[in-house]
Amino acid sequence: MTEDTASLLYLDGICVSFDGFKALNNLSLLLAPGEMRAVIGPNGAGKTTMMDVITGKTRPDEGRAIFGEATDLTKLDEPSIAALGIGRKFQKPTVFEPHTVRDNLLLALASDRRARFTMFARETSEEADRIAEILTTIRLVEQSARRAGDLSHGQKQWLEIGMLIAQDPALLLVDEPVAGMTDAETEQTAELLREINRTRAVVVVEHDMDFVRALGVKVTVLHEGSVLSEGSLDHVSNDPRVIEVYLGR
Amino acid sequence: MTRGATRVAYALIIGIAVLIAGLNLALPETSALHPSTFVMSLTGKYLSYAILALSVDLVWGFAGILSLGHAAFFALGGYAMGMYLMRQIGGRGVYGNAVLPDFMVFLNYKSLPWYWHGFDMGGFAILMAILVPGLIALIFGWLTFRSRVSGVYLSIITQALTYALLLAFFRNDMGFGGNNGLTDFKDMFGLKLQSDAVRAGLLVATAIILCLQLALAQFVVRSRFGKVLIAVRDTESRTRFLGYRPESYKLVVWVLSAMMAGIGGALYVPQVGIINPGEFAPGNSIEAVIWVAVGGRGTLIGPIIGAVIVNLGKTWFTAILPEYWLYALGALFVLVTIFLPNGILGLLRARRSGKAEARAVAP
Ligand SMILES: Nc1ncnc2c1ncn2[C@@H]1O[C@H](COP(=O)(O)OP(=O)(O)OP(=O)(O)O)[C@@H](O)[C@H]1O
Ligand SMILES: [Mg+2]
Repeated sequence: MTEDTASLLYLDGICVSFDGFKALNNLSLLLAPGEMRAVIGPNGAGKTTMMDVITGKTRPDEGRAIFGEATDLTKLDEPSIAALGIGRKFQKPTVFEPHTVRDNLLLALASDRRARFTMFARETSEEADRIAEILTTIRLVEQSARRAGDLSHGQKQWLEIGMLIAQDPALLLVDEPVAGMTDAETEQTAELLREINRTRAVVVVEHDMDFVRALGVKVTVLHEGSVLSEGSLDHVSNDPRVIEVYLGR
Repeated sequence: MTRGATRVAYALIIGIAVLIAGLNLALPETSALHPSTFVMSLTGKYLSYAILALSVDLVWGFAGILSLGHAAFFALGGYAMGMYLMRQIGGRGVYGNAVLPDFMVFLNYKSLPWYWHGFDMGGFAILMAILVPGLIALIFGWLTFRSRVSGVYLSIITQALTYALLLAFFRNDMGFGGNNGLTDFKDMFGLKLQSDAVRAGLLVATAIILCLQLALAQFVVRSRFGKVLIAVRDTESRTRFLGYRPESYKLVVWVLSAMMAGIGGALYVPQVGIINPGEFAPGNSIEAVIWVAVGGRGTLIGPIIGAVIVNLGKTWFTAILPEYWLYALGALFVLVTIFLPNGILGLLRARRSGKAEARAVAP
């Protein structure tokens, strides 16, 4: 990589092994500022592990993950990485079930995270406006006062995306957002992600090809822990190596 | 917890304490309505236990830290108060030593150990009853939460903590009266500890402090801090990806809770008249957890009810079948876990407002 190439995220030769099994094998990936990237690949390809590395959950054995100018994410822990502006939606929706939809967003809103602040924090009118705005975006205005645990599966996925927006991150990592969604919900989610992408970079992991097509962005195919192919969806789906991996199963 | 229910709790706690104290002082002993001094101190003891239960609920119900060692903080607060009460005896002990408590004379102490200095002042002793449990909790919590010890492992370490303190306080050379602990108290704040007026004052003070602690706990759990805490309890890793540091949230509530328990212990000792290492027994901490489970974990008011009811039961039960109390307690715990997962308060609330609301933030 040359020094003048502006990148938001640069994964450089990442290796992760679990008891000898290489989940990520010399993985390299470059994401431009403001870009949306779809990452696809068969089960066990290492997609979630890649997100674990970027968010500080898993420390790689080798390689660097450079965010922005020169921050190496592999040296930081989860809260510090979140504070840098990297938000994450998990494969299995995880919202704070006992709290209301509104409170979930409140806790996600970008603000001071320290106990000495939250103990005495009062909700400001800016925060209230921001929450109202996000509720509209994720189409959960009516559910605002409901317990998050009582939402439907698809609504939980949206709430989690809403929490990501609330964090106001520069980069969003979204793991399988449409798993278990109806066709209509899937379509709305694609629209939602495109809307989010207007102001920030997004990495989406997804199996659903119709959804990936609807996103209409550059695709990276992972296989056995490294990049197999990269380009437009049409390009990668005509790549013989990709066809072999998918048909070979 | 609704604000209305909290107001009822305040009114009941203060009302009962004032009523018992007032009747004791106002009516002649011959009157049928005169509560004995014993009943008055027993009520004070229950309310001190309620403070311990409240502190356990704050960490277990809202941060998911199942402490099986909280009675240690209670006992530390109790010892701080006990040391003050010992020094209040002055030259009236068996050996007539104006400075050294009897047990020290007996063990051939030549002078007061350094850590006994200052305990001749009531204010200092009360401060220590708060700070010492707080400091021990701070060190313990800093070491464990930072290394992400949680769940059963953490519970076991808390048992080890109280057990280690039990062994330490049993030793004569620790300077806390060894096996016998601290007792034979005479005065408190210069007034006769055995007098009805002081006992009545202690009971009412315990009730007021319990209410203040309840108000503090309500403030904490309703704040944004409390919401983060509940999130940490249920999905700790998720809070990290949002940028929170669960370990510092746990540490804050853990230390606060230990200090609350210490105050409970300081109120307990003058009303029961003794503090000995037995208060550190691991079983005591487990009993406190059972009070919380019976009353309703994560409800704050429930554990207060649980502490009072279970201890009323214990007083009654141990009078008729003392050797079976532990079995009864164990059976109670099993029954509550199976049939009343949200405790007595969960049951009351489910009756009133339908299941969904009763479980609003309960774990
Ligand atoms: N903590 C772990 N310990 C051991 N093996 C792991 C661990 N996490 C992941 N793996 C293994 O690493 C490989 C990659 O897993 P990963 O979850 O990243 O795949 P994925 O591409 O997200 O798959 P899916 O499409 O099923 O979500 C899998 O074979 C998985 O079993
Ligand atoms: Mg995955």
